Amino acid sequence: MTTTTDTPRPGRDAARRRDLLVRIGFIVPAVLYMLAFFGFPILKNIVMSFQAYDFATFFNGSAPFIGLENYAATLSDPIFLRALRNTGLFTVGSILGQFVLGMGLALYFRKRFPLSGFLRSLLLLPWLLPMIVSAAVWRWILEQDNGVLNRFLENVGLISEPIPWLVSSDTALIAVIGVYIWLGIPFNVVLLYSGLQSIPEELYEAGALDGATGWKAFRHITLPMLRPVVSVVLLLGVIYTLKVLDLIIGLTGGGPANATQTLATRSYEMSFVEFDFGQGAALSNILIVIALAFAIVYLRANARAAKKG
Amino acid sequence: MALGGCGQGSRGTGTQEIRIVDYYNTPADDVAIEGTFESCAADLGLTFSRERVPGDQLVAKVLQMGSSRTMPDLLMLDNPNVQQVAASGALAPLEPHGITTDGFTPAVADLGMHQGTLYGIAPTVNTIALFYDIAALDEVGLEPPRTWDELRSAAAELTTSDRYGIAFSAIASYEGTFQFMPFMWSNGGDETDLRGDGVLGASQLWADLVRDGVASRSVVNWGQGDAIDQFKAGNAAMVVNGPWNIAGLRADTPDLDWGVATLPVPSTGDASIAPLGGEVWTVPITGDEEKQARAAELLKAFVAPEHQLFMGQERSTIPGHAATAERFAAENPDLGTFVEQVSTARARTAQLGPDWPTTAKAIYTANQRVLVDGADPAEAFDEAARTVS
Repeated sequence: MTTTTDTPRPGRDAARRRDLLVRIGFIVPAVLYMLAFFGFPILKNIVMSFQAYDFATFFNGSAPFIGLENYAATLSDPIFLRALRNTGLFTVGSILGQFVLGMGLALYFRKRFPLSGFLRSLLLLPWLLPMIVSAAVWRWILEQDNGVLNRFLENVGLISEPIPWLVSSDTALIAVIGVYIWLGIPFNVVLLYSGLQSIPEELYEAGALDGATGWKAFRHITLPMLRPVVSVVLLLGVIYTLKVLDLIIGLTGGGPANATQTLATRSYEMSFVEFDFGQGAALSNILIVIALAFAIVYLRANARAAKKG
Repeated sequence: MALGGCGQGSRGTGTQEIRIVDYYNTPADDVAIEGTFESCAADLGLTFSRERVPGDQLVAKVLQMGSSRTMPDLLMLDNPNVQQVAASGALAPLEPHGITTDGFTPAVADLGMHQGTLYGIAPTVNTIALFYDIAALDEVGLEPPRTWDELRSAAAELTTSDRYGIAFSAIASYEGTFQFMPFMWSNGGDETDLRGDGVLGASQLWADLVRDGVASRSVVNWGQGDAIDQFKAGNAAMVVNGPWNIAGLRADTPDLDWGVATLPVPSTGDASIAPLGGEVWTVPITGDEEKQARAAELLKAFVAPEHQLFMGQERSTIPGHAATAERFAAENPDLGTFVEQVSTARARTAQLGPDWPTTAKAIYTANQRVLVDGADPAEAFDEAARTVS
């Protein structure tokens, strides 16, 4: 009938508007959440980095704008370059170690053997411990004179003099990287292992027929199939590692003599030890930009892969 | 709580209660502080509530309370922070409320001063001295060292394959600077001249002790608590530390026979000058002047000599009132050395005031460079002097 198809326009508009409202209604909570918990802090951090925001600011509320002074002071800080270099070494070293060991273990646990499930769950242990507890225990282990590690190495005859793990500029960063590798292995194993599980067995069977076994199978089947997981693991790894604070504070406090000072620990020190929140904010903004650069690389790589696929 | 009798015209319930913030979390401290406040408040007809903050978070908490206008009525601060907080205008002068430091050891009175005005008062204080293992010293037939030369040789003699001669804290934090001060000051060094010979000589002494292997290289990663633990475990025959460890030493190592001596000086006849440690009580400006006055009244009772004596005994700290400290020394011979060391001690903020924390950081950073990287003290402290100028 013509009368039914000829619905009056205003009714349809109202329905459409209601539809739109519902849609917005679903978005609003997320937007509010993002603004309150991400937008505001980042904005505040950016504003703070242009202010003389120090101890007295908290009491009298005065934080005059000083332009780029905080950035100039941060960049000319003698510790800045050292912290930047340490951050780079710490991130590259940790990610490399975690990824290689994590991949090895994930491949190993792919084979089923008695107690493999139990062993795999034991591997999660470092993840379950609060980081500050791990740091305290590792401080004992790495203690120069009576630490377990040095005593063990001495008893098996590998070293004759105790190694000053955490108290020498030469070894402190290496020791901290080592502990962080231990800490990051569970994360890598869990993600890589689940990635491996989703590769269909038939691919390997087909590959084996064409002569792809062992290393060749890993190179031409496992790695390409694992690519999306690998990129997530590496990107998240880099971002987590760039901002590591508690472990370093717990192990060395950024010392000795700034040997393990990173951008994150230095920014914490500026804000909460020197109470120069303006400079601390400036440095943490620099850190955010570096992390953002990695996120962009990742997103672009993903977009390119999607286009190809 | 709502029964608070006096001030009828108050705004709502609970406002009569004096709010107190401090960091006394260990049982011995907590009981002594709580008990003293209870008896003072009862005498004055006041009520109070105490909030205990973890020690390392107090300053952050104070900043937070300052910005949200929720400062307590009585606030305890670690003494090096007092001037910083006072300079920001958050504290009320105490003298208008009738609180004075008359009869106090002058350096103790200095702890709460900022630009000639009294903002805080310390009922009891502490400092550091040299703890030694009596049996270990007897074994090598030595007396506790009094000069740096004696310290060097005693530390060397006491060092064995599984024990260091001496332990101290040179950690990259204010504790590391705190422990450096007695060596620096006794050697004529001054915090306003970091390039001076007195400062460099003290740093060299630390460097020598570590280089000669009579102190562990780990000193750069030890807090004062770690240092005393090394002493308790028998890994060090002497340790630089404070009286707050005495209760722990008695409880954890009842068999260890230890003694305390004043810290060694460069040469015989020099004065042993240690830094004052301890907490200072202040009255923050809350806007409610009537309540500030009541808080000050409570504080005045709290710091009375007889309470200083009680808190000193309970917490192994030294009364700030000079005559009370003498009486305390007579009653507590174990703490006699510390009383003596306090009588010549100095306040860290006396000269630099609110700028002290920056200099303190420059000092521990320079010492870390000397002890870890083997830098020459002259070079390390030259850089330190540049960061504070």
